[in-house]
Amino acid sequence: MPAISFQNVSKTYHAAGRDVRALDGVSFDIEPGEFFGLLGPNGAGKTSLISILAGLSSATGGHVKVHGHDVVTDYAAARRSLGIVPQELVFDPFFSVRETLVIQSGYFGVRNNGAWIDELLAGLGLADKAHANMRQLSGGMKRRVLVAQALVHRPPVIVLDEPTAGVDVELRQTLWQFVARLNKEGHTVLLTTHYLEEAEALCNRIAMLKQGRVVALDRTTALLAGTASTMLRFKLDAPLPPALAAQARVTGRIVQLKAHDAAEVEQVLAALRAAGLQPEDLEIGRADLEDVFLEIMQTESGGL
Amino acid sequence: MSAPGLLAGTRTLLYKEMLRFWKVSFQTVAAPVLTAVLYLLIFGHVLEDHVKVYDQVGYTSFLIPGLVMMSVLQNAFANSSSSLIQSKITGNLVFLLVTPLSHWAWFLAYVGASVVRGVVVGLGVLVVTVWFAPLSLAEPLWVFVFAVLGAAMMGALGLLAGLWAEKFDQIAAFQNFIIMPMTFLSGVFYSVKSLPPFWYGLSHLNPFFYMIDGFRRGFFGASDVSPWMSLAVAGGSLLLVCALCLHLLRIGYKIRH
Repeated sequence: MPAISFQNVSKTYHAAGRDVRALDGVSFDIEPGEFFGLLGPNGAGKTSLISILAGLSSATGGHVKVHGHDVVTDYAAARRSLGIVPQELVFDPFFSVRETLVIQSGYFGVRNNGAWIDELLAGLGLADKAHANMRQLSGGMKRRVLVAQALVHRPPVIVLDEPTAGVDVELRQTLWQFVARLNKEGHTVLLTTHYLEEAEALCNRIAMLKQGRVVALDRTTALLAGTASTMLRFKLDAPLPPALAAQARVTGRIVQLKAHDAAEVEQVLAALRAAGLQPEDLEIGRADLEDVFLEIMQTESGGL
Repeated sequence: MSAPGLLAGTRTLLYKEMLRFWKVSFQTVAAPVLTAVLYLLIFGHVLEDHVKVYDQVGYTSFLIPGLVMMSVLQNAFANSSSSLIQSKITGNLVFLLVTPLSHWAWFLAYVGASVVRGVVVGLGVLVVTVWFAPLSLAEPLWVFVFAVLGAAMMGALGLLAGLWAEKFDQIAAFQNFIIMPMTFLSGVFYSVKSLPPFWYGLSHLNPFFYMIDGFRRGFFGASDVSPWMSLAVAGGSLLLVCALCLHLLRIGYKIRH
């Protein structure tokens, strides 16, 4: 039985006098124990999908199940299996960190949960903040509490909705070590993130959404293998010739171009020479998930 | 979720809602008690020798139960409405939305905490004001019944307002343009029998009037209308508001999209 199953999920919002289709027939399963990445540009439908999974909004069509429990008809069982780390940095200003966790635990009917709460506080580096009011915590510390809150009832499935947005490097490392450990212990993890290197390093399978549709769904290694395997990177002070500019990814002075083989590398260099341009720091590297992502997102049609 | 688990969840939400107001009790309990005492001092001083409602009952004595019940009603409303709107606006309602708690659990916890706050403030007002005038307790069961019924209705009404509102000023408008006029025009400061016919008739359409009149009956053994009539109106209003509240919670009105 899949840990999470999305079956033909669609969602239509009515906004500014017209219908907006946020999700359009999304179907895929996430197996127990997977570290699954959900990627897509802003507005692709990632948060809509997570909201439907969490019960924060309802689907216009289709079904979502968590460990076989429908999130609408059997919502109590589905939500007990889920730990959601929301995207927004929200907190209840009335309570201390420990009170927040004891209360969240109680909502799920879990009482006398002190030992696990202590373990969460220690694992997330919050032990010395246990009695601090939530208002006194820094943004990073509040983010850690959000993670602890999601895990306090020991859910088998953890959903992290862009948990590292605006988070410093140290916290990111702590967070990923902690989540990787939970995944190793058998928890299923669903992650949405804008940091593609994180998804590449952590997720064993990835789905990419675009305009509410799944445009890629595969193992991370297969996605990486399925695209141009090499990238040509160099720095340039002048504009690229139009023919190259159309296929290049340019970040400031840094230019990146796909190159499937040596002949294509040679063609690019010849075009640069012909335009009288001198590339600096030229290197040929392996394509990463960002390249795959951009390639898929630039393809207009597509859908699984 | 098992039945004990569900019960524990409801108890936790009730505990959290009570802890929330208790942590700021200076504002949520002490302040309304002070306000009620000020009303008593000013109105009692000005009107003591001019207004007589029941035989053997001075105006200040008459005023005390009205002020107690007014405080119960206003604070029960304030508790659920302010808690819900704060959680909606700050976004921390998500912690509750992702739990397995049913709409019944939400309802019982929010309304339960409102009843507790209403009764705590009411007791506070009573303890402080009882020294200012003689007060009997002729039929105490009515005091208890109307305090709890009234607080529950206002807690549920506060929950409705909290669900409907999207901004703090909408709650303030609800409070200032609906709750306040209905409380002040309910006979807290006077007997409705002293009103001109039009206002007398209008007062009988106000459920707050029956709650306060029934509550006062418990102290003096005398009331403007029969306490059973007041019980029927208060009970009916409570059922109506609760049914609407439970329906809106079940469909996730303005909280699930």
